[in-house]
Amino acid sequence: MMEMAQMAKVLVVTSGKGGVGKTTSTAALGAALAQSGQNVVVVDFDVGLRNLDLVMGAERRVVFDLVNVIQGDAKLAQALIRDKRVDSLSLLPASQTRDKDALTPEGVARVVAELREKFDWVICDSPAGIERGATLAMRHADLAVVVTNPEVSSVRDSDRIIGLLDSKTELAERGERMEKFLLLTRYDAARAARGEMLRTEDVLEILSIPLLGIIPESQEVLRASNIGSPVTLSSPDSPPGRAYFDAARRLRGEALPVAVPEEKRGIVHRLFGRRVA
Amino acid sequence: MDEWLADLDAQVARSPTFLDSKPVVVDLGGVTANDADLPGLLRALKGRGLRILAVEGADPSWGGAAEWGHSIPGGRATGPVDLPAAAEPPPAEAKAAGLVIDQPVRSGQSVIYPAGDVTVIGSVASGAEVFAGGSVHVYGTLRGRVMAGFTGNPGARVFCRRLEAELVAIDGVYRTADDMDTALRGRAVQAWLEGDSIVMTALD
Repeated sequence: MMEMAQMAKVLVVTSGKGGVGKTTSTAALGAALAQSGQNVVVVDFDVGLRNLDLVMGAERRVVFDLVNVIQGDAKLAQALIRDKRVDSLSLLPASQTRDKDALTPEGVARVVAELREKFDWVICDSPAGIERGATLAMRHADLAVVVTNPEVSSVRDSDRIIGLLDSKTELAERGERMEKFLLLTRYDAARAARGEMLRTEDVLEILSIPLLGIIPESQEVLRASNIGSPVTLSSPDSPPGRAYFDAARRLRGEALPVAVPEEKRGIVHRLFGRRVA
Repeated sequence: MDEWLADLDAQVARSPTFLDSKPVVVDLGGVTANDADLPGLLRALKGRGLRILAVEGADPSWGGAAEWGHSIPGGRATGPVDLPAAAEPPPAEAKAAGLVIDQPVRSGQSVIYPAGDVTVIGSVASGAEVFAGGSVHVYGTLRGRVMAGFTGNPGARVFCRRLEAELVAIDGVYRTADDMDTALRGRAVQAWLEGDSIVMTALD
């Protein structure tokens, strides 16, 4: 009954650009929240190019998927896959054989509303791009995590996505403002020290949303994906694991300061400074 | 009549300022007594925000003609040379001071405000654009494109707290990033039009 008192939160993990770490971050944040006792479902909206099932290590357990539930071919309870490591973590997989047109606005609204009743956190893993799949994934969100790499194309795409979060979502259409957080991923400390990446300060100035965390580039993240485990489960004490745990605590409202590593204003800035996103 | 109204809507969509707050005299010379739904036409025009001053070419005996206000009597063509210069009185300007945007203008967003100045409290991102009939003020970093005075106002200016712009244009005259003085990059800058060229100077 205690859990019923808490309002469910729908969180979209989005970026515009592909390959920046949306799916990895969805899995890691979802597992971290579940490990702290929250009831969590991670939902794969990348219909046709599903990956979240692999990263969660559930690819052999998929029977029904999001599209089946939307089209009424299966009940939600039949499609949800409960994680074998953490009880309070579930996955709603995408369909691999369909495409994004199989997602209807009404169907998505119905499924998200149903998930809200069952879970504390509904984490929607958005596909790349700004088309139907991405707009439907963000449509019903209460808050957003914008995953960004410290490089110009990723930052500009994130800026575009933030504009959509502020205009195309239910919250925005009601005239309310969505809470948005920046998750800086694939952060390479060595390159940052040489001044070969965009500085965190510059990314924050351009996107002007609060920083949820900085996830270092790490072999641990790659290894975790390959063995089908969120990094917060497989290597909780690794630097990326700890960074995701801290980010999850900030999502729950804890005022935990983010340590920004020291960076030089280096060669990239001198060469490309005028083209900073 | 519906077709004509559709054409009018298309014209207004193409050039929103064409009839904006201008006094209009409607020539009903092309309308006959049969198809003249005069009250309906008046409602349709007023519904589009047009300010109907008077009517000409209508027969006062048509139903509803009286609602149109004064007629321009006589109907004698005086010839174009006799048109007094004061035929178009300046419209009474009671416009809002301008548009204030208190958040960043994001990549992919386009702000179009023909009626006056645009002030952005925040940055204008790369890949964003701001069109203003008047001046553009950016209290942040200007990274995108701005078009000031785009309705034909050479007196419009562009101000920004930090210049990283892709393009700055005033009344159709533009300058791209490559043609801007590199010494002005990253600084507070204003731009205005002198003849056919844009002049940019630092404000600090």
